[in-house]
Amino acid sequence: MTGGFADPSIQSAWGFRAAMMAMARPGDILKVAGAQAPEPVSVAAAVLLLVLCDPETPVWLAPSHDSVALRRWIAFHTGAPVVEARGDAVFALGAWDSLLPLGGYRIGTAEYPDRSATLIVEMNALRGDGAVLTGPGIADAARLSLPDVAAFRANRALFPLGLDFFFTCGDRLAALPRSTVVAQAAEVV
Amino acid sequence: MNDYNFAYLDEQTKRMIRRAILKALAVPGYQVPFASREMPMPYGWGTGGVQVSAACLVPEDRLKVIDQGADDTTNAVSIRRFFERTAGVATTGRTRDATLIQTRHRIPEEPLTRDQILVYQVPIPEPLRFLEPRETETRKMHSLEEYGLVHVKLYEDIARHGQIATSYAYPVKVEGRYVMDPSPIPKFDNPKLESAAVQLFGAGREQRIYALPPHCKVVSLDFEDHPFEASKADHACDLCGSATSYLDEVIVDDAGGRMFVCSDTDYCETRRDAGHLGRLSASGPVTTGQEDAA
Repeated sequence: MTGGFADPSIQSAWGFRAAMMAMARPGDILKVAGAQAPEPVSVAAAVLLLVLCDPETPVWLAPSHDSVALRRWIAFHTGAPVVEARGDAVFALGAWDSLLPLGGYRIGTAEYPDRSATLIVEMNALRGDGAVLTGPGIADAARLSLPDVAAFRANRALFPLGLDFFFTCGDRLAALPRSTVVAQAAEVV
Repeated sequence: MNDYNFAYLDEQTKRMIRRAILKALAVPGYQVPFASREMPMPYGWGTGGVQVSAACLVPEDRLKVIDQGADDTTNAVSIRRFFERTAGVATTGRTRDATLIQTRHRIPEEPLTRDQILVYQVPIPEPLRFLEPRETETRKMHSLEEYGLVHVKLYEDIARHGQIATSYAYPVKVEGRYVMDPSPIPKFDNPKLESAAVQLFGAGREQRIYALPPHCKVVSLDFEDHPFEASKADHACDLCGSATSYLDEVIVDDAGGRMFVCSDTDYCETRRDAGHLGRLSASGPVTTGQEDAA
């Protein structure tokens, strides 16, 4: 079974540093390397799975990405259980349309807002333009080519509950925590 | 290098801590519970900070560790050696050269940059703990945003002392939502909590991790008629002459002699190297307080 880290300790540390900086600075796009999961999973999504998933984190695979090969890869490299219901998942992986609707995922509880799902959204393109982001981690404003705006606004309205997102494309990733305020580019003069 | 896994902790532990850090960044100021491990040092010596640092370090990092601003005190030296041995990372005393800084109770004087990470060692992460001892209750208070008690505490300070007497671990509100304990930094450092760096807080014994992303809004609690004030000793540093840095008072003899020196040793040394002089600079090694008597 191939595609795992050759040097797990060090490569996990590099992968996490990128994931952490992406989550700390929404809109920043960072490069990662070292993992290869079965098609159509991107390098960046594979790195996130290896860095973050283990037997304690149920994973839900959206129809766009669900396959026997990927389930085997996840079981072998991370030991994470692949669950049938998105409501049981700590991590979910797939293309945007395939991950919808967002209503079914765990958003945390008032006393434990951290008990919410993190979605890994596979993108065809990831650029620093489009939707305008403001909030924690952003000095003035950042831009990111998000697949939607209304959905992330609705998610922000749940704060401090809500979902957190990674966006992956090839070997690059960005993140959007629930704390970020998202606006259409046209709304910002 | 040695027989430890990189940065001491096993991979599964690091993953658990890393997931907690990501959630902490997503909900600024909220304390994420984590399964804190036994570390080869006692509680109270920075086990929380060490675990967060271990989960964040990469081999290319240059680590700085400070204890009350100083690079050369026991706690700082032992944690620096710990990571030199277990992670093989380079270390430094220079704030501007460091990529990851672990700190006990100070924020460096020099403004941090966007590529730096500041890890705090936290003894009591719960800002409401001394007002309400039950975890079930404080958790409910955070969820309901019920922070009246903190203001009552500050008000009682004013009623008793004529001013807000809380001088360290001064509570802050993060992004208008969670009240957070900034760890026992002097309140002089509170304005520096709004920083370009990523700030992570680890409490080992209490098993909590929380975070401030860069440029996060951090407001020190106060009243309109008693606004927050970032106070310090009303002196200049006796070694480097800085009038703006946070000072330690040092007793130098048995006759009441004393001096004030920068708590941030790197800041003070950098200034002295640049030729800045303090009141006692010219007199060589300081052994007495005779200057005061003369």
